[in-house]
Amino acid sequence: MELIESLLVQGAQMTLVLVAAPLMTGFVRKMKARLQRRRGPPLVQPYRDLLRLARKEAVVAENASWLFRAAPYLVFAATWVAAALVPTFATGLLFSWSADLIAIIALLGSARFFLALAGMDVGTAFGGIGASREMMIASLAEPAMLLIVFTLALAARSTQLSDVAALFASSEAGLHVSIGLALIGLIIVAIAENSRIPVDNPATHLELTMVHEAMVLEYSGRHLAMMELAAFLKLVLYVSLIGCIFAPWGLAAPGAEAGAYLAALALYVAKLAIAGTLLAVFETTIAKMRVFRLPDFVGGALMLGLLGTLLLFVSRSL
Amino acid sequence: MSAVASILLCVAALLALGIVGIATPRPLTATRLVYGGTGLVCLAAASMAFALLATGAPPAEITLPLALPWVGAGFRIDSLSAFFLLVVDLGGAASALYGIGYGAHEKEPRRVLPFFPTFLAGMNLVLLSADAFSFLLSWEFMSLASWALVMAHQEEENRRAGYVYIVMASLGTMALLMAFGILAGTDGGFSFEAMRHSVHAPQMVMLVVILALLGAGSKAGLVPLHAWLPLAHPAAPSHVSALMSGVMTKVAVYAFIRILFDLCGGLPWWAGLLVLLAGGISAALGVLQAVMQDEPKRLLAFSTIENIGIVFVGLGLALAFRSNGMVAAAALALTAALFHVLNHSLFKSLLFFGAGAVLTATGERAMDRLGGLIHRMPATALLFLVGCMAISALPPLNGFVSEWLTFQAILASPELPGWALKVGVPAVGGLLALAAALASAAFAKTFGIAFLGRPRSEPAGTAHEVDRFSLAAMAILGMLCLATGIFPGFVIDLLSPAVRQAAGGALPSQAGLPWLMIMPSAASGSSYDGALVFLFMTASGLFAAAFVHRFASRKLRRAPAWDCGFPQPSPVTQYSGSSFAQPIRRVFGGRVLGSSEEVALPRPGSMAPARFTLTLPDPVWDWIYLPVAGAVGYAARELNRLQFLTIRRYLSLVFGALILLLLVVALWS
Repeated sequence: MELIESLLVQGAQMTLVLVAAPLMTGFVRKMKARLQRRRGPPLVQPYRDLLRLARKEAVVAENASWLFRAAPYLVFAATWVAAALVPTFATGLLFSWSADLIAIIALLGSARFFLALAGMDVGTAFGGIGASREMMIASLAEPAMLLIVFTLALAARSTQLSDVAALFASSEAGLHVSIGLALIGLIIVAIAENSRIPVDNPATHLELTMVHEAMVLEYSGRHLAMMELAAFLKLVLYVSLIGCIFAPWGLAAPGAEAGAYLAALALYVAKLAIAGTLLAVFETTIAKMRVFRLPDFVGGALMLGLLGTLLLFVSRSL
Repeated sequence: MSAVASILLCVAALLALGIVGIATPRPLTATRLVYGGTGLVCLAAASMAFALLATGAPPAEITLPLALPWVGAGFRIDSLSAFFLLVVDLGGAASALYGIGYGAHEKEPRRVLPFFPTFLAGMNLVLLSADAFSFLLSWEFMSLASWALVMAHQEEENRRAGYVYIVMASLGTMALLMAFGILAGTDGGFSFEAMRHSVHAPQMVMLVVILALLGAGSKAGLVPLHAWLPLAHPAAPSHVSALMSGVMTKVAVYAFIRILFDLCGGLPWWAGLLVLLAGGISAALGVLQAVMQDEPKRLLAFSTIENIGIVFVGLGLALAFRSNGMVAAAALALTAALFHVLNHSLFKSLLFFGAGAVLTATGERAMDRLGGLIHRMPATALLFLVGCMAISALPPLNGFVSEWLTFQAILASPELPGWALKVGVPAVGGLLALAAALASAAFAKTFGIAFLGRPRSEPAGTAHEVDRFSLAAMAILGMLCLATGIFPGFVIDLLSPAVRQAAGGALPSQAGLPWLMIMPSAASGSSYDGALVFLFMTASGLFAAAFVHRFASRKLRRAPAWDCGFPQPSPVTQYSGSSFAQPIRRVFGGRVLGSSEEVALPRPGSMAPARFTLTLPDPVWDWIYLPVAGAVGYAARELNRLQFLTIRRYLSLVFGALILLLLVVALWS
């Protein structure tokens, strides 16, 4: 019985992130449009886009290899598995022990690796520019993320995400300077990793500084749909990650009543909405940075992570 | 027959194969004979070492009446040497299999064949040695054999590489010689057994730590002793490069572990910190220089420095934990280091084989002359991709597991006392995190530029897949990378006798855990499950593909590339290796490596081409090697006068030296 319930929760969670992902992006777009006094596309527009893309034939460049055609599924699979391991509305996921926070980051790293390779496969200048810049940003964002994980793991004494969430949900966590630094760092990393303003502009296509869009430029049809879905999933993943660590209220514990699950679900949707609104406001009030000012921005997260880890190292056993 | 005797027999067989390499008249027959024989012998030795490790057999030893008459040559196998024997002979067997195909392209096989098996014999002997004399003799034998292999191709570049290599190798041996001399003490107990039981003064232990770090570190390629490595490793034929990078550096790691963990006794508190910092700096600096390289083999050599750095971080942590009595944490850190030793030997050999295959197929060394090889060499491309993913520490492959274990060891270390460690460990953690991310950039670059895109030169456009032997060797290593990534628990259990011997404790057995997961310590509860992650990724990828193909479109049309409407037909417009690295060079290169770019634009109206110059200095080379080399050259020139003295002056010199030595002895006591 217990096994069935946890299987159900795990399945529900995987479906939920998949279904909620386009809605989240649609919501952010709508909010941004409203802030700019435009009407904006309807909330369900991302679903329509995905559906239309999936139905069209895929146009593939003549010299594209098998890697180009396999990459969308690989990128999607790695991102989806990572997203399935982050608690959204319930903790104690059935398979949460199979990969901890470090593994989740590494799974996203796998997705990025294939995304960059796919960008270089056709051999166009745009693909190369996107891949090389993505790798530059990642070379700062990934260590920053790892150091943030170190901070959290040192506080929770485990790299297991469910343990970290459990610690922060209890009153034991207390207020640490390190945790605050980790939160700011994590937000910067989330912005950089999701190609949002000021790191990258998800809305433009022909901007010289584009990163993510440059890599997927050659994609069309179902391949593009998978790539887009993976990008949507990544946004939800990061919002859920920040939510379950820094706003862990109302997560349903394993073996809870059906009502508790429903309440947790409603609370999760509310968290997504708040995060989406904040993201839209942030993106509206800030301008896109030049590519070579990014190291200062993302490097800030790296320094915050290092400082947080260092403080915990020094304060332990004092 | 005991295990030592059988492996010594394998060594004798390898030496005999070296003679076969000289004596067989027809080059092709000789190639087949030597590589085939070496492969079989290494396979036999590797399986014996595996059996020893898996059964946890007690140490066995044998003394041969060779070498010094009153000591004899002692040989011994314990769990630690059995593990390293497994790594060496596995790498040797794969390399020999690869050599059957690759060696056929060799222009002068006689310059490679005799030395290949003797090189392997030397490495095996180092691992078997149980006294300082046979150890140093085998060590020097290994160095000289590998030096001969570096000099195999008669090119200017190789001569320079060989020169720098032999100088550094001699320096390293000298440091080890002095370390063993100190350990042997005044009584001259050259056997390891005697060293283990004698008591050493703290100042002497201090010297030994530094000398071992110099001697083993220079062979392994620790910064700043690494400068020979990116010259020598790529200069050798590719299957030898694989041996040097993948295997010989591990023999150096073995020497380091043997001296510091086994022979030395109580270590000063800063030993761990020193090793830790050397490892962290090597990891970050090595990979940063790797990203900038434009030749796949050079890039791989720099990445070896990075990986050796990761291993030494694990070793440094283990030393720090051990000297503070934290046995479980020391076992975790040492397991991480040894796991990475195994992993690196697998994927680095695989990558060097791949680079060699590209070299055979195209004849091009520079990345910027390659491109599009995934179409013409599909199998090599797939296997090289596996190697790239493994070395970039991407799950579910093996590189991730050892990196994960290293991170877990770092997270266990806030309990370490002392401010230096409290600040040093997180800093090294940051360097490791940086190295991990930069490694994936370096290998995305290698694979993306060499195998993807459009061919940048004629030979790259007409390349053909390499022979079956080379592919088989790569496939076996690729499979092992996947297997050790998916079933890490078995490897950890296999390592545990070696870890127990060196660290005094081992990780709990992983075999009993459900679902093939690994959990290094029950207290922290951190766990990882390579098999499930692999299963989930495959299942969700296949599910997504099947779903889309079933319910949405499955139509596909080939068309010219889109490239925002302005596709450029010339392949030169693609990103090249150095343009791929440009953003990273701009972020890190200027500050850390002192790289600079210069763009010279012609005046308006002028038809002259614009010029872009990139200078990429190696700070270690400029700041350490050149001054030292200059000083040595100066001293040699000055001392040269001594060669032309009269006999009277020589006699007075001898007299003066005698007086000086007597004075030293008088003052010492």
